[in-house]
Amino acid sequence: MAYSEKVLDHYDNPRNVGSLDKNSTEVGTGIVGAPECGDVMKLQIKVEGDTIVDAKFKTFGCGSAIASSSLATEWIKGKKVDEAMAISNTEIVEELSLPPVKIHCSVLAEDAIKAAVADFKQKQDGEESA
Amino acid sequence: MNFPIYFDYQATTPVDQRVLDTMLPYFTSAYGNAASRSHAFGWKAEEAVDTAREQIASILGASSKEVVFTSGSTEAINLAMKGVGEMYGSKGKHIVTCLAEHKAVLDTAKHMEKEGFEVTYLEPDSNGAVTAQQVAEAIREDTILVTIMWANNEVGTVNPIREIGAICRERGVLFFTDGTQSVGKIPVDVEADNIDLLCFSGHKLYGPKGVGALYVRRRKPRVRLVAQMDGGGHERGMRSGTLNVPGIVGLGAACAVAEKDLEKDMAHSIAMRERFEEKIFGALDHVAINGNENSRLPGCSNLSFAYVEGESLIMGFKDLAVSSGSACTSASLEPSHVLQAMGVGDELAHSSIRFGFGRLTTAEEIDFAAEQVITAVKKLRELSPLYEMVQEGIDLSTIAWTGH
Repeated sequence: MAYSEKVLDHYDNPRNVGSLDKNSTEVGTGIVGAPECGDVMKLQIKVEGDTIVDAKFKTFGCGSAIASSSLATEWIKGKKVDEAMAISNTEIVEELSLPPVKIHCSVLAEDAIKAAVADFKQKQDGEESA
Repeated sequence: MNFPIYFDYQATTPVDQRVLDTMLPYFTSAYGNAASRSHAFGWKAEEAVDTAREQIASILGASSKEVVFTSGSTEAINLAMKGVGEMYGSKGKHIVTCLAEHKAVLDTAKHMEKEGFEVTYLEPDSNGAVTAQQVAEAIREDTILVTIMWANNEVGTVNPIREIGAICRERGVLFFTDGTQSVGKIPVDVEADNIDLLCFSGHKLYGPKGVGALYVRRRKPRVRLVAQMDGGGHERGMRSGTLNVPGIVGLGAACAVAEKDLEKDMAHSIAMRERFEEKIFGALDHVAINGNENSRLPGCSNLSFAYVEGESLIMGFKDLAVSSGSACTSASLEPSHVLQAMGVGDELAHSSIRFGFGRLTTAEEIDFAAEQVITAVKKLRELSPLYEMVQEGIDLSTIAWTGH
């Protein structure tokens, strides 16, 4: 299977690999996928005010999955939380030229962003009510 | 070293130069039809085919009259199974095979099920092997054929063929084995191993693609087959079609070389495999061998690298030509049916790579490959949320995953 140059670039030089403190109230963590399906993505955001100031990821999955999550962290950094929520998988598919069989990788990346934001919001709600 | 380096010897092998040299005249000067009885071109072709038949019979421990040429193993499998089914179907409609067989066997069996045959699919053990005991228990009054592969193409596990053959002989059931991965790689003897039908392909043993053979026992018992293609009645009526003379010459020459060099080839492949696995296991944790370590094809090393996914690994060793048990390389997202049948979890199946070593593999190539593999695995584990969790002491089986 031939990979697009952008997928290869993200695979060779993944952006924002790593972990943030999952216990921090400023950090939202999204873990999506399952090992038996062949891909798991962990995407974390650090939010100040309503801006995502940092994002990190780790991914178990094929090159397209790694590239999708790497790209997602690149895109959401510096964005408002609501703008990040508006990113759709089709934008990732287009940017990385993913073939049909790899579309689920982009879906997973979108899900990971949403899960991280949901986790962050849940922590904020918990703070407020406490 | 030439890049990429070939480590996929279970998929196919290069044609040995000695084999190619033997074949070439049969394309351009000795191009006769082996069935032409009226002139020297035909006689020369027929003579070459006879020589090849002798060479093939020799490596199998068979008689040359028991060799039927085909286009390869897939055709031979279809001919053996469907041919037996049609010939002996009035005696019984039951067939025994195994879930770890090649798709050519499994899909033929499924086809026969649609035509009224009943098939028992034995489950291999965690090493990918079936036992003679399992076969004995599966044979019924109406069983007409047992089909068990000699060596598995994905994990290299070698089945106890002699024992399985003995059970079949004792129970009066025909025994067909797919020898595609074993002929020319490990000792094969259709007499001592109690085999009634056996197939193999030229391109797996340094011969050309598009040619193979089916061994069909002629005595004790005499096996009869219904031909699956109608035509000129070549190959004693079992396989019509003008003989592929250059291919057949190549198949014969490949067998002659393989028979002569068997011990040397085996020792070389084992040495290469051991060198490779020693380096891998010396540098990485959480690596498992798929297949039977004590009864494995010399040149096959199927490894699971836990917490990294196979396709991304293959991207990591750009200079190595290997094959993945991971689904993502194919259009279907299912992991390998062999690893599944062995009970290897889907998660580890997604992390498995098959390395194949052979006649042309060098120690220098092994060292280079091991280095690339180790680097890629380490890099991807740095990227792996699963590896991180395991390092933190989290039991992955306790996590509620969101499967998709």
